[in-house]
Amino acid sequence: MSAAAAIATHAFQPGQTVHVRKVDSLGHIRTPHYIRGSTGVIERFVGFFKNPEELAYGRSGEPRCALYRVRFVQSQVWPDYSGAAGDTIDIDIYEHWLQPVNPS
Amino acid sequence: MRAYHDLGGTPAGPIDRNEHELQLWEKRIEALLVLLTRKKILRIDENRRGLESLGNETYFGVSYAERRMLSMSNNLILKGVITVEELAAKIAQIESRVDPLP
Amino acid sequence: MSHDHHHDHGDHAHGHRHPNQPDHDDALTYYRKLEMAVRELLIEKNIISADEVRKVVEDIESRSPEGGARVVARAWSDPQFRQALLEDATAACTSMGFEMALYDVKLTVVENTPDVHNMVVCTLCSCYPRMLLGLPPAWYKSRAYRSRAVREPRAVLREFGLELGDDVSVRVHDSTADLRYLVLPMRPEGTERMTEAELIAIVNRDSMIGTAIVSPPIE
Repeated sequence: MSAAAAIATHAFQPGQTVHVRKVDSLGHIRTPHYIRGSTGVIERFVGFFKNPEELAYGRSGEPRCALYRVRFVQSQVWPDYSGAAGDTIDIDIYEHWLQPVNPS
Repeated sequence: MRAYHDLGGTPAGPIDRNEHELQLWEKRIEALLVLLTRKKILRIDENRRGLESLGNETYFGVSYAERRMLSMSNNLILKGVITVEELAAKIAQIESRVDPLP
Repeated sequence: MSHDHHHDHGDHAHGHRHPNQPDHDDALTYYRKLEMAVRELLIEKNIISADEVRKVVEDIESRSPEGGARVVARAWSDPQFRQALLEDATAACTSMGFEMALYDVKLTVVENTPDVHNMVVCTLCSCYPRMLLGLPPAWYKSRAYRSRAVREPRAVLREFGLELGDDVSVRVHDSTADLRYLVLPMRPEGTERMTEAELIAIVNRDSMIGTAIVSPPIE
């Protein structure tokens, strides 16, 4: 891990519930459309990576972004999901696409 | 709006599981991408953005290797690594060769 | 994209161009000319050399699902390696002699258990653990797989001949970032006496993508 990453901090911890921003954005986006607006749980913090939304346009991608693996329950992602209740989908999502969900 | 390459969850038919062996020219496209990436001339993210700018018809109308080649070429022109004129002249030169295939 | 006719080039005329099938090696299509032209220009400009292209093509050709199978067989045979693989797959595979630096991504291994079946897709493009499996099969890059694997994974698995009970959770991984996923399939029963070399031979490619399992060898 780079020196920049060593001093950077990340906002979310495993087990925390997060909401994926429902942004209808142009540009090069690595957060799939189907998951925007869904709520999931941080499975792990993966590390700090250059921002692909910047790299795609020839820029440096710095500062690096915190990346998480976020787990979603399939039946909550797809209203008509036909599989088992325990089925999940894991997606790697950058921090700026995530918002905290306060437990009620 | 969902971009055309962002396919997760969209309606689709059965999966065609026929395998096909890649030809040398298709492997060379992958090799060019590896080399350009390794030499920091082209980021893989830029090539993805290029694929996402081809338009729906081209993206789905040509093969995987072909669309990767188109994106790479567009990016190299965009970055000034090669020019439109150079490319046109080189293609004409290849067409004029007696035995153009390597 | 579905086609009713056979994918046999001998059967159909060359004028009818099949979008998902490459042309014959002897057809000088526009895209082949484009590849030649760009490659030659890059060589003339001393950005790359013909030798480098040849070497990378050789590297690409040297990678096949057998690489992944070696990793899986080692993980089945050596609990310490299995642990290291799950913690840092890039480092573990480097220790086995795999050249991982060619691909600037983080390899991640996800383990199947009696309760969880993992399955990998890239809905946005075609991210695939090339360093261990080689180039992805056509279906992995197809519109149908990329569309359906996230929404109806069990229907997709059924098409691949794998029916899982509801007591097994299907965990789909959508590769969206700089991580590449390899599934560590379950070691089948009845293979306890098999050597690592014998195990390599029974690990199939699709089991490492998660669209299949490893079946016990037929006696």
